[in-house]
Amino acid sequence: MTAGRRAAAVCVMLAMLTVALSACAGDNQGSSSGGTSASTVQDTGTGTASTSGDDGEGGSGTQTSERSSITIAIPQDIDSMDPHTAVAAGTREVLFNVFEGLVKPDENGNILPAIASEYSVNEDGTVYTFTLREGVLFHDGTTITAEDVKYSLERCMQEDSAAFQSTLAPVTEVNIVDEHTVEVVLETGDTDFLPILTTAIIPAANEDTEGNPVGTGPYRFVSRQAMQNVVLEKFEDYWNPERAAQIEEVTFKVEADVNTLTMGLQNGTIDMFCRLTTEQYEQLASSEEIEIYEGAMNLVVAVYLNNAEAPFNDVRVRQALSLATDAQELMDFVLDGKGTKVGSSMFPSFGKYFDASLADTYALDTERAKALLTEAGFPNGFTFTLTVPSNYDQYMEMAPVLREQYARIGVTMEIQPVEWNSWRDDVYGGRNFQATIVGVDASTLTAAAMLSRFRSNAHNNFVNYNSQAYDAAYAQALAATDDAEKTAAYKECLRILNEDAANVYLMDMPSFVALNKRFTGYAFYPLYVQDIALLKPAQ
Amino acid sequence: MKYVLKKTASMLITLLVVSFLVFAAFALIPGDPATRLAGMEGTPEQIEAIRARLGLDAPLVVRYGRWIAGLLRGDLGSSYIYPDSVWSLLKGTVPVTAALALIAFFFTMLIAFPLGVYTAKYENTIPDRIVTVLNQVIMAVPPFLTGVVFSALFGMVLKWFTPGAYVPFSRSASGFFAYLLLPAFCIALPKACMATKMLRASMLEESVSDYARTAYSRGNTVDGVMYRHLLKNASLPVVTFLGMALTDMLVGSIVVEKIFDIPGLSSILINSISNRDYPVVQAAILLIAIIIMVVNLATDLLYRLLDPRIET
Repeated sequence: MTAGRRAAAVCVMLAMLTVALSACAGDNQGSSSGGTSASTVQDTGTGTASTSGDDGEGGSGTQTSERSSITIAIPQDIDSMDPHTAVAAGTREVLFNVFEGLVKPDENGNILPAIASEYSVNEDGTVYTFTLREGVLFHDGTTITAEDVKYSLERCMQEDSAAFQSTLAPVTEVNIVDEHTVEVVLETGDTDFLPILTTAIIPAANEDTEGNPVGTGPYRFVSRQAMQNVVLEKFEDYWNPERAAQIEEVTFKVEADVNTLTMGLQNGTIDMFCRLTTEQYEQLASSEEIEIYEGAMNLVVAVYLNNAEAPFNDVRVRQALSLATDAQELMDFVLDGKGTKVGSSMFPSFGKYFDASLADTYALDTERAKALLTEAGFPNGFTFTLTVPSNYDQYMEMAPVLREQYARIGVTMEIQPVEWNSWRDDVYGGRNFQATIVGVDASTLTAAAMLSRFRSNAHNNFVNYNSQAYDAAYAQALAATDDAEKTAAYKECLRILNEDAANVYLMDMPSFVALNKRFTGYAFYPLYVQDIALLKPAQ
Repeated sequence: MKYVLKKTASMLITLLVVSFLVFAAFALIPGDPATRLAGMEGTPEQIEAIRARLGLDAPLVVRYGRWIAGLLRGDLGSSYIYPDSVWSLLKGTVPVTAALALIAFFFTMLIAFPLGVYTAKYENTIPDRIVTVLNQVIMAVPPFLTGVVFSALFGMVLKWFTPGAYVPFSRSASGFFAYLLLPAFCIALPKACMATKMLRASMLEESVSDYARTAYSRGNTVDGVMYRHLLKNASLPVVTFLGMALTDMLVGSIVVEKIFDIPGLSSILINSISNRDYPVVQAAILLIAIIIMVVNLATDLLYRLLDPRIET
């Protein structure tokens, strides 16, 4: 009896184990024989692209010896492969390599013709006419047409669509003049609208841009594994041989863990990472395999103040806070002394709009700060809460330094770390905050990208800034057709923001890019993009 | 058999409760998937359109009902964020986590049984004392710390192992298992120590029992008594512990998977929580709950088979 039971027990256990193990094996084999693994987006497009079964996950650096390949770590997975519905800044830098607009920016901040070979703007800036470049091919081999341009732009103009881009709101119509000419008509003139037309052009015939992204860029989509990687390969028929891809395969690998990332860079499983922390920079600076490029992050880090709520509805209080802030001390503590002070909502890479002199208008002066507070009715200071998005280490580190600085003028600052989702919903969306520290970047190379939000009725005016003088100056800049006049008006906007101390402006942060020495050619853009086509294998 | 049915019924009820709790929890935490999808500059119209598309405009109870109805049809729904179904996102990760937990489980047994018997046999000798002290120390070290230390030691100093160079099973089975060894070992270590300690105590307890004395008096050798008589009885509490340990290892792999960059169930869970990708989170938690319950049931059954005195 007992012997029988024991045998039965062993049988049951073995059976369970077999089932469990074969289930694992079965699943894995199933996915491998399918050519692409389970979560990879299948290429269901027009049939010319093949996925070749190479997912390129991890370790590709050592395995592909003939085709040049690079593995680039990204801290977060991209949010969409559709350039019109993608919203995360991190996604923009990946998709930049796959999609192009009528025009595209270069690393020096110029806007160059891309899908359009030339363009003209009428005098009052209401009609932009583009001549399409001959024979530009999509990644699926079809030739781009005027219909594709019209379709793409109109797709981004529907207000209730996920593809809606508020930057394109001023466009009233897109007209096909002839086969090779497209006309973009604006509601009110804007001679500075060209950078907005970097909006990606996609084929009208493609019904599944998310699953089968097709663009015209130097790289084309190969595969994507959710939460793991996006693989691109060189597009052989790229229209511009001068800026064609030089590395055949690019893997963007999602790697959120800082330690794994640092180790990956050191041991060569990761070739490139674009946003090193100061700590990582120090760890990697001495490495023989890695070159570190130093540039700017291109954002305006500031203590953004809710201008509608007491006490920050009083300009004197805002000015007092600005006078009590020592941006240099912040940079010394948190950024190793690196970074550039900004005095208004513009960062240095913008060149002609940036006004360095504004950075010094609120030089540290605690006596004057206290006097202003007394004048505003706060002789003994006040207490406020600084909301900090806790996923940003630098801001979390800056907060206590700021608290000490404000304590010097008798102001008590409480620090409230919040998760990014809450920050976006409550602070940015709900405008329910007193003060917050964050960096604001530009989505396009226009002054409007930085400045339109401070118009009193702007939907994204999360600081509730309200100034008639500012609105007037902004309208003047928008209406100006002469470049010098326009620049002057934008500079006036910046000066007003500074004078009103709309926010406590701090700095543009340094950006460190680590690149394995097997590659060269990295260049910073004044925008949040990574141009992989500039990289080439080192000789 | 009746027992199994009864257990299964109570499992289903537990699952229902778990599923509702998970569903309700995500209704309470801040962060709306629609605002995430619409982006920083999303307009209210866009957000409304997205909410309608995802079915988020319906009340909680209705959404829960829809979800359960889908489950009963075997449909886990689709991800909010990815253009994939929930199942296609999850199915690749389950075998990875299962393999990791099973290897860890194997390590635990491989260490615990010989070491437990050995230390019981040579009770209070110097090797026993060394093992006991080491046990106490290692037990207190959480797997994520071992993970960080080991990946630095073996990865950076000794260079026996490349952290982050995970190889999928589909590319190379041996590479896959080789990569999992070290993380599995990190998960196994504290459990192995606890099991060793437990087996040792349990063996010693049994060794002074009447049947052991009888066995010795019949002229059996120490080894004979230990392996043939004591070990089976001494294993009982250890089996219960190992059952719990296996479920613990599944859950404990969350942090270790993160450190070693293994695309398992836990990494998808963490990512989906921060993405507010509720359908994926709900399915993943449900899956983990099912696994834990099945393992518990299996432990119970095994326990009964090892000791027929326990009522079925």
